[in-house]
Parts: sequence; C-alpha cells; structure tokens
Amino acid sequence: MTSSDPLRDPARCKELLVQIEESVKGSSLRFMEVCGTHTVALFRSGVHSLLPKSVVHLTGPGCPVCVTHESEVAAYLELAGRSGVIIATFGDLMRVPGPGGASLKKAHAEGARVEVVYSPFDALAIARDNPGDKVVFLGIGFETTTPTVAATVRIARQEGLSNFLVMPFHKLVPPALDALLSDPDMAVEGFMLPGHVSAIIGMEPYRPLAERYHVPAVVAGFEPVDLLQAILLMTEMKRQGKPKVINNYKRVVADEGNPKARAIVAEVYKPVDALWRGIGTIPGSGLGFTDAYRAFDAFEVLGVELKASKPLPGCRCGEVLKGIMRPDECPLFGKACTPAQPVGPCMVSTEGSCAAYFKYQLDLNTDR
Amino acid sequence: MSDKILLDQGSGGLASHRLVADVFFKHLGNPILNRMDDAALINVSGPLAVSTDSFTVDPIFFPGGDIGSLAVHGTVNDVAMLGAKPLYLTCGFIIEEGFAMADLERIVASMGLAAKKAKVRIVAGDTKVVPRGTADKIFINTTGIGQVVANPAPSGHRARPGDAVIISGTLGDHGLTVLSHRQGLSFEAPVQSDCASLNHLTLKLIEALPKVHVLRDPTRGGLATSLNEIAQQSSVGIVLDEPAIPVSDVVRAGCEILGLDPLYLANEGKLICVLPEKYAQQALTIMRRDPLGRQARVIGSVVADRPGKVVLRTGMGGHRMLGMLEGEQLPRIC
Repeated sequence: MTSSDPLRDPARCKELLVQIEESVKGSSLRFMEVCGTHTVALFRSGVHSLLPKSVVHLTGPGCPVCVTHESEVAAYLELAGRSGVIIATFGDLMRVPGPGGASLKKAHAEGARVEVVYSPFDALAIARDNPGDKVVFLGIGFETTTPTVAATVRIARQEGLSNFLVMPFHKLVPPALDALLSDPDMAVEGFMLPGHVSAIIGMEPYRPLAERYHVPAVVAGFEPVDLLQAILLMTEMKRQGKPKVINNYKRVVADEGNPKARAIVAEVYKPVDALWRGIGTIPGSGLGFTDAYRAFDAFEVLGVELKASKPLPGCRCGEVLKGIMRPDECPLFGKACTPAQPVGPCMVSTEGSCAAYFKYQLDLNTDR
Repeated sequence: MSDKILLDQGSGGLASHRLVADVFFKHLGNPILNRMDDAALINVSGPLAVSTDSFTVDPIFFPGGDIGSLAVHGTVNDVAMLGAKPLYLTCGFIIEEGFAMADLERIVASMGLAAKKAKVRIVAGDTKVVPRGTADKIFINTTGIGQVVANPAPSGHRARPGDAVIISGTLGDHGLTVLSHRQGLSFEAPVQSDCASLNHLTLKLIEALPKVHVLRDPTRGGLATSLNEIAQQSSVGIVLDEPAIPVSDVVRAGCEILGLDPLYLANEGKLICVLPEKYAQQALTIMRRDPLGRQARVIGSVVADRPGKVVLRTGMGGHRMLGMLEGEQLPRIC
C-alpha cells in the first residue's frame, strides 16, 4: 500500500523514533491513549512495535463498546426479543456477552428483531418503515457519535415519529479522564487525546489535565506521523517538567471544537451520572434526555431499568481500561478469553485493547 | 410466460418445462444439457478437480457483475486454482416466488456469457421455486469439474520457505462494491467488482512454470484469510510488505471512511501465486501480459519463522500480525 502522504512517510517516522529514543534516555514513561481508533492505529501502523522499551503505551477507556456497563448490556438484551420491538445497533455490540452468555447475536438467532446499522439515520428509516413497532437505537459512543444521534432524535420529533426510541448509553471523555487521574492506582504520565472527540468538544475541557493534575496531554490524529509526534511531545514535556495540553491535530480540531454540534446535543440531552465498566459511576459522564425529548427515552417509554448486575466472573477488563494491567497480563487473555469466546468486552470490540493485542501483537508476553 | 416466477414453475410440470426451454436453454444450451436426461453424460479422464459453491450475494446486481456471472466465475476459479482446466459446470437455482422473470433472464444470460468467456459448458441444472419469504430472491449453486494439468497440482500445503508471494492485482474491489451498494453509499470515483474467470491466466502460469506451489483466489475473508490458510496448511510463516500490496485509491478511501480493512475484503478476480523466488519475475511477466494480471506484484515471502502466522511489515518498518477475522468486519463507531 504505497502512500505519498507525508503523514505516513517512513523517513519522517524514523526521525521521530530517534528523537523519542533520545528524549526518554534514562527514564521510563507510561502513556495512555483514550480512543479506540488510536489503539488500533498504534498497532496497525507498526508504531507500537517500534517504540523504545522504556515507553509503555497503555490503552484507556476509549472504546465505547468496552466501557458500556454490564447492567446496560443486560438492559438492552432484556428488550431484544420483546414483542413489537426492533433493536437497531452498531455492529460492534452484537457479540458483547451479557448475563448467562446472552448476546444480541444469539438473540437474533433465536428470532429477536435486531438490525445492524451504520448510522442512527438508518434506524430512523427502519422506524418509518415499521410504524407498528418500536425501534430502539442503542446510543453508545462518545462525543463523536452523540451529535448525530441527537440530530436524528430531533428529526424524529419534527416528523412526529413516536416509534423511534434511543437507549442513551452515551459517555463523555473529560469526566472519565478526571476520574482516572483521581484514582490513586493510576500511574499515567501522559495522555494521547482522541482526535474525533476533540473535534466536537475542543480544547477547553482538557485544561485541568495540565493545570490540576500536571499531566501532559496531546490531541493527536491517526496517521503514523501524528502518533509519533504526540508521543514525542509528551516525552519532551515530561523531560522539561512543563505539562501542557497541546492540539497537534489542528487540520481537523479547532480549539473551540464544533459549537453547532454541541448545541444540538445540549438541546436533546443533559449530563447525568453514568456507569462505566470496570470504573463504576462517574458523575456527569453520561447523557440523559432533556424534558423536551423524554418521549424518545427507551427506558422511560418501555419501562426498562438499569439493574445491579454481577460483573463477569474472572473478567479484568476494568483494570485493563484503567491502565493498571496490560491486556496480555490478564490471566484469561488468550486462554479463556479470545475473540472467538470473549469473556469481557475489551476482547469483543474491534477497538478493544485486548482484541487489538490479540490480533496484532507479534509474540505476546515477549514483545511489548 | 408470466412476468413473475410462480410456484408452478418449480413443479416439474409443463410450467417448469417452459421455463427451462425459454430461459435456461436459450442462454445456456449445449448438446449435453439439451439431452435433458437425469444426469449429464461426460467423458473426461482424471485426475480431476471438483468444487462446489453456493451464491447468495446481496445485491444480486452490482457494478461489474451479478449473482449469475459470479456463480460461474467463482466455481471456475476454485477449480482452476488446483492447476486444472475447468470443463463443465452444473447449476442449481433456488428462486423465491414472485421473483421478476426479467431479472432471472438477465442473470441466466449473464451466466451464459461468463461460461462462454471461460470456455466451460453448463451440463446439468435444477430449479426450485420456494414460497415468498422463505428465500431471499435467488440463490445459485454451481459445481465445477476440471482436468488437472499441473503435476504436481498446486496446493495450499506446498508453500515452502524461500517462496515468493505474488498477487495478480488490486485488493478489495469486489467486497467494497457489494458492501457500499448494499448500504446505498457512493464514492467520488466509481468502485467496481473485479468479478472474472482466471482459468486462462492460471493455465498460462502452470504451463510455463511447473514449479508453482500454490494458487489461491482470495474470496471471502480476502487476502489476509487466504494467506493465513496457506500458512497453516503448509506450517510456514508468511511475511508481507505492506507498501507493496496494491489497493486502488477509491477502495482505500472507501475503506477509510467505513473503517474496513481492504486486506479482509472479498475479491472475485484475483489470484495469489506462491512459487520459488527465482521464478517470481517470470511469473510477473506472464501475469502482466494478461488483462487480469496487469497490476501483479510480489507482496511478500514465505519464511520458516512463526509457522502458521502471517506478519505484515508496515511502511515505517514496524511489524504486526495479520490474523484471521473472528466474524464479519464491522464499521467503526468512533
């Protein structure tokens, strides 16, 4: 796959790797990416295999499927198969294991009406085509996907479509970073911040990272040069002891983000406390419907509640998501938990850290 | 005849006979098929290569082909990959009641044309019509038989360390075409299936280069899946050079938008050729002279390390595994 793209230029990548090597001399650093697309990009580009041994790049809670809480999974599985209900979902949720080994894939095989969609607008079309059924869109994802879902809900209201509902599992990144950094077990010395999320929220929400927690952070793109530049900037800030939050993805991310997208979200949703797998409740880290849009809340309309659920036995996804444990350090990894038989969501999602390790890492437990 | 397929036309009675005569014989007819016996009488001597495949593609018509031409090309290619000269096909149709007669005729005509190009005859067939809702429009099964001319026959078990891995052209064209068409997506540049019969190209290769170890058409699961199968069958490692792998700009862009990997997308007119490195240049020359091999490239090599695994050397010199997918490729969600 040839590319004349300067962001993929091997010579430039080699240069950056040499600079990183020089910058970390004599120290070891633990960085974390908090975006599933970064997780995959680090492996797919080969950056992960080329970093000096002294730079450990951990995977944080940046995969929307992985952070979807067990009780949220149980709630949508409760709806799957209910008469008059069609579940519309992004494909990644199909194989996520729920209570007793249930999953949407299994529910579909047993006759539940489950439609995989590429966008919430597809779910809206299903609602138009099936006026006698309730179409429940599973609203997972971070700030990147939320505006589209909010816009879809707004269209549904304009059209008077009362059979289009959403389960709002949306999560917000800044409160999660705040929760991670408040955890005494955390030992992360720099964050690679998500590019797509930042394009919506801008730079302001990240300010506390440097000011309150003194941790360097860089908003990064997804090409090899983007990734290496972000790592180099973090090592430099660490070495100089001058933590800042840097926007190194200016070709896509404006410092003020996308106010229009945020306005749509603010019209439809309001911040609420949310459950994160492996982390628990994080205040103000989720989104619930505003009063004006309550008619689209699947929980309210269909009488579903989040119930306390037992974590999956033996699953250490929570520690992986917090960066306390590398995926291949989990006792289940590659043995009881594989992409074919996933125990936890980090192994299910294409963007999950365990799945990425399993799929791309050359020699587990020997290579980094 | 009615403009829709009716249950009567799968009954075996007069309606069935009319359908066979007016549609199937019209486009696929040949002396063996036209005899209308319970089985086709063919006269071939072994060794023979036999392959069967069922086609359920959605949409049934797509840029570059349709379910009919695909049903011919797919089975012809499977037979050809064993170093065989495909000779005869059988085809079985399962058609949903109410299917448009015009679409059926278009599909059968397309099969006839594809068979003519591949120089194979369709010598036996069957048609079933099932009630509306019990099948999705039309399914086609084809079985192919061919005379093995290579000795020994190429096989997935025969890759050896020191072999070169060659691909005959760009990857992912068919998979992205079908997927984008299904989703109603369009790209700036048109994307088109590479659907084609490769038997004339494989024949040139094996006649000139008896040392070909493996021929494989990377259909479902794409290049990555096929190479993993070969690595496992032969207990060898395969190292690929990512910048050398040909992917068209439109497929690359489409995959980036959808969060897909072209190395896992289906191809229907491409072949992988594995042979000793010293014959690689000769193989490339033969391939590039054929319209179906114009963009042939050496993309990697077979090694003794990491048996059963495929490793990708990325453009910046890093390495990663290229494993098999667990299920379907899924679009990105963030």
